[in-house]
Amino acid sequence: MSTDLTRRAVPAARRRTAPAPGSTPGGPAAPRRRTAWTPTLILLLGAVYCLVPIVWVVMAASKSSQELFTTFTFAPGSGLLHNLADLSHYRDGVYWRWLANSALYAGVGALLSAALSGVTGYALAKYRFKGRTALFNILLAGVLMPPVTLAVPQYLLMAKAGLADSYWSVLLPSIVSPYGIYLARIYAAAAVPDEVVEAARVDGAREFRLFRSIALPIMVPGLVTVFLFQFVAIWNNFLLPYIMLGDDHKFPVTVGLYSLLQQGANAPALYTLVITGALLSVVPLIALFLGLQRYWRIDLLSGAVKS
Amino acid sequence: MAAPAPPSTRPARRLAPYAFLTPAVILFALFFALPIGYAVYLSFRAVHIKGLGLGSHARTEVWAGLSNYSSALTDSELLSGSGRTLLYGALLVPTMLGGALLLALMLDTPRVRLRAFSRLAIFLPYAVPGIVASLLWGFLYLPTVSPGYFLLARAGIGGPDLLHGNGLFVALANIAVWGGTGFNMIVIYTSLRALPADLYEAARLDGCSELQIALRIKIPMVAPSLVLTFFFSMIATLQVFSEPMTLKPLTNSLSSTWSPLMKVYRDAFVQGDIYSAAATSVVIAVVTLILSFGFLKLVNKRSDGGS
Repeated sequence: MSTDLTRRAVPAARRRTAPAPGSTPGGPAAPRRRTAWTPTLILLLGAVYCLVPIVWVVMAASKSSQELFTTFTFAPGSGLLHNLADLSHYRDGVYWRWLANSALYAGVGALLSAALSGVTGYALAKYRFKGRTALFNILLAGVLMPPVTLAVPQYLLMAKAGLADSYWSVLLPSIVSPYGIYLARIYAAAAVPDEVVEAARVDGAREFRLFRSIALPIMVPGLVTVFLFQFVAIWNNFLLPYIMLGDDHKFPVTVGLYSLLQQGANAPALYTLVITGALLSVVPLIALFLGLQRYWRIDLLSGAVKS
Repeated sequence: MAAPAPPSTRPARRLAPYAFLTPAVILFALFFALPIGYAVYLSFRAVHIKGLGLGSHARTEVWAGLSNYSSALTDSELLSGSGRTLLYGALLVPTMLGGALLLALMLDTPRVRLRAFSRLAIFLPYAVPGIVASLLWGFLYLPTVSPGYFLLARAGIGGPDLLHGNGLFVALANIAVWGGTGFNMIVIYTSLRALPADLYEAARLDGCSELQIALRIKIPMVAPSLVLTFFFSMIATLQVFSEPMTLKPLTNSLSSTWSPLMKVYRDAFVQGDIYSAAATSVVIAVVTLILSFGFLKLVNKRSDGGS
């Protein structure tokens, strides 16, 4: 604090004229512990708006087909267990298979994606070599490619390779995540100290060992973030599996629900199944989300654009 | 590119980055570069049918020059689809980012109650797949099941028709706003948290209100993350696909070519014309790239001129 003298004079003036920050206009001079009502109210309105569809699906999933169109929407119904049983019986429990498929695509895909992003991001951040910038820009351009532009030829190529309509056709394209590589690179540049790497080099460590035993442990928090982003992205992906898969035993839950909805247009009795299925499909992700909140390092994103 | 460390003479160190990058490069080549190249190749081809198109040699692939492109660029359906996407984006992006910025600033205000709860509730929709979000909102748009219409009817007011005509834009934009506001809010909020507190300590002492601090100090300081969120929102808008696909069964005013990507899908997989689909998707990709790089150039110019 170098401007102490001028600063000192200000508070006295402030006490006489300006209201305390955050106090409501017209209120008495505020003590420090006062709630800021307007911001709190705005945030609560936002929260209500975001929770309405979630609350609705919880209520709607508890209604029988008759109740769905006749009782007030936010009143719980009497049919949740019945709906769950119906959903489990639908085509020999294919719904549970969809959930398992989603978990497989998202879990394995995100794990491989985080590993690949880690090793690639580390190399791009910590080495200077010919073609580094060009390579990074090419990878980044991958982010900008509309998925459909990729999905149609990807499907045709997969079909040529005999892999269309297989688990591989969904899993393989989700491993390379330009976005994940970008995040891993930022994280490696910020978190892995050059001196430590250099010191280990002087001690004669091999390059791969250096990465595995020194850089990788430091990069874990960043890679967990990459894993989570990728998990959500793959779990929520619709277009790629929708185009690649024909056999509904391989569907992830998004494509499965879509196919249910398509049939529901002609058979409203399926609506309750769709709604119950929608609720169940959201539960695992929300659980993952709440359970792993501490591990989300979203600040990686904000540090991305240098002004 | 100046290397921070003296260049080592050990070949291992020169070759290491290439070894680290090999898996990413191979996967990128297979699942990004090759499909893009294949799409470009297909876009210059067409099927030539001899006679009635029967028999094994009746259908042959021939070189088509630019004919697919000229038909794609003069296709009125693609043009109106682009117009619809622009209108949808003009509704969506300012609403979503304005909301995200407002909520982030509210979160950053001192003495706000229920901060953690609001932050989590508003971020929650990010974990809900687009398909499921469209499904939930789709039901909430149906006058027969929606609580909104129920309450309006009780009050003797007819609700807006969100599934036909211009209401549809509002309906679709709302789904994306619901899904994206929380994520963008977190990104902006994170960069607000990264600002040093003494930045506005002085302003507070000078008697600035929280509103003045937000407008004059905070918003200019988080401009980079606003640029980033705008950029990603713009790209996501161009690729709108799963929301209109999901709402389609609920309304008869959503054509199968509502958005450019839906048209690509229909051409390729419903009509089986992969050649014109390839040309259209190449056009979409080129437009996306031009917009992205133009935008990035503009931003870099601004920030070079500024501080």
